[in-house]
Amino acid sequence: MAEASGMPLGGVIFLTVFLAIFGTFLIFLARAIGGQRKNNSAVKRDIYECGIPGQEKRETKVSVKFYLTAILFILFDIEIIFMYPWAITFRDFIGTGQGTFVFVSMMIFLAIFIFGLFWEIKSKALEWD
Amino acid sequence: MGQDVFEITVNCIKLVLIFLMMVQAVPILVWVERRGSAFIQNRFGPNRVGPLGLLQLLADAVKFLTKEDFAPDKAIRPLFYAAPIFALIPATLAFAAIPMSVPLEIGGYVFKIQGYDMNVGIVFILGVSSLAAYTILMAGWGSASKFSLLGALRASAQVISYELALGLSIVGIILLFGTFNLTEMINAQQGTLSFKAFGHTVTSAYIPNWGIFYQPLAAIIFFAATFAESNRLPFDLAEGEAEIVAGFHTEYGGFKMLMFFIGEYGHMMLGSALMIIFFFGGYGIPWVTVEDVRQWAAGLSESATTISVITTLVHFLSFMIKFVFFLWVFIWVRWTLPRFRYDQLMDLGWKTMLPWALGNTILTALVIYLIS
Repeated sequence: MAEASGMPLGGVIFLTVFLAIFGTFLIFLARAIGGQRKNNSAVKRDIYECGIPGQEKRETKVSVKFYLTAILFILFDIEIIFMYPWAITFRDFIGTGQGTFVFVSMMIFLAIFIFGLFWEIKSKALEWD
Repeated sequence: MGQDVFEITVNCIKLVLIFLMMVQAVPILVWVERRGSAFIQNRFGPNRVGPLGLLQLLADAVKFLTKEDFAPDKAIRPLFYAAPIFALIPATLAFAAIPMSVPLEIGGYVFKIQGYDMNVGIVFILGVSSLAAYTILMAGWGSASKFSLLGALRASAQVISYELALGLSIVGIILLFGTFNLTEMINAQQGTLSFKAFGHTVTSAYIPNWGIFYQPLAAIIFFAATFAESNRLPFDLAEGEAEIVAGFHTEYGGFKMLMFFIGEYGHMMLGSALMIIFFFGGYGIPWVTVEDVRQWAAGLSESATTISVITTLVHFLSFMIKFVFFLWVFIWVRWTLPRFRYDQLMDLGWKTMLPWALGNTILTALVIYLIS
């Protein structure tokens, strides 16, 4: 596939660079046309707040639930990525007669996966209140 | 050497064209969205500027351009300005890997109607499109507003949660087609329904050979997860205006805001294109194979170039019809369903869709193992 369309990697890099330049150009174009005012009032220069002066510092506190979700995501996503090579070669293994071994080993892996998921639900790691 | 330069030039022009096509589609989609929502809610929508309000797009673009460029004092400026630029990249990179029609053959050259053909197309698209979470976090953190930060955290938590169900529903598809390559997937879905079971070949003349008839559950999970990935209603908790003003783009305005919109609509387009490729035969015409179309075109003309052009155009049209339909479904759902609550959203992702996608994977593997 790769030889027919040149270098996919080259294409990806070209498109990324092109988009970055294009986006920067748009930002500068908008700045050139729209302009920037120098003497904005303090209220306008402040961040958005519902009519009262903003007090919180920038590093505001964040619920630990987001952190937990991110950790669980990494675990589960890696497990799912493990299934991709298995899925793509499954038919080939059936063809060579090793289907049972490959199928059963993946089922054991999935059993651990499912156990992990239910343990996670049971231990209330996914409760949002 | 000369041929290399020619090919590289053609590829670069193709990539730029695909990006420009996406950018052009955004104002049209915005117009369809506003007219469509008005139609659904029994009002008029934009109908003053130009015929049917079509020039509203132009007026909006001019308005965006002439807006003052503004960043709050507390904002982290490099992040604040970089976020909208990076918002363009993930969706476009992924969309360039989508095959939109049969390759065009002119005088010995083969032009693929896609930015770059990868044999790991799915993995590339999944990997690149999930980079959008970084854009959102950059915008939320760079704005230094707590509304933005909360919106960004919500959005990224939601995107990664639904990524699991999305990734798992695709495992069923990979099991079915046995390939990562999107073009090979489309080729596997040509013609009418036919598959091998217990050594026999089962056929039906009335049903197209589409992925959705093999993987209906995966199709539902995939489509729902796509909505969550592109942060659209009923999953647009990132922008719940009743709770957190406008989410991660609270502090943005003018053209920077528009660039976030291009990113969001780009994800929508990517979602519908993937939906078509996985479950609705890609650019293929239902019941008909590419070879059938080529023979029909051979009846119209003698020259190989004309035949190739006609075949490509017909398949491109077929792709576009499906594509536009799914984009309309995105808009339709947005104006029909109410928004979830955040805990309901996470429950749906982790406790409903993830187990169902797992079950689908096991069932698919079991059926494939048993019948072959």
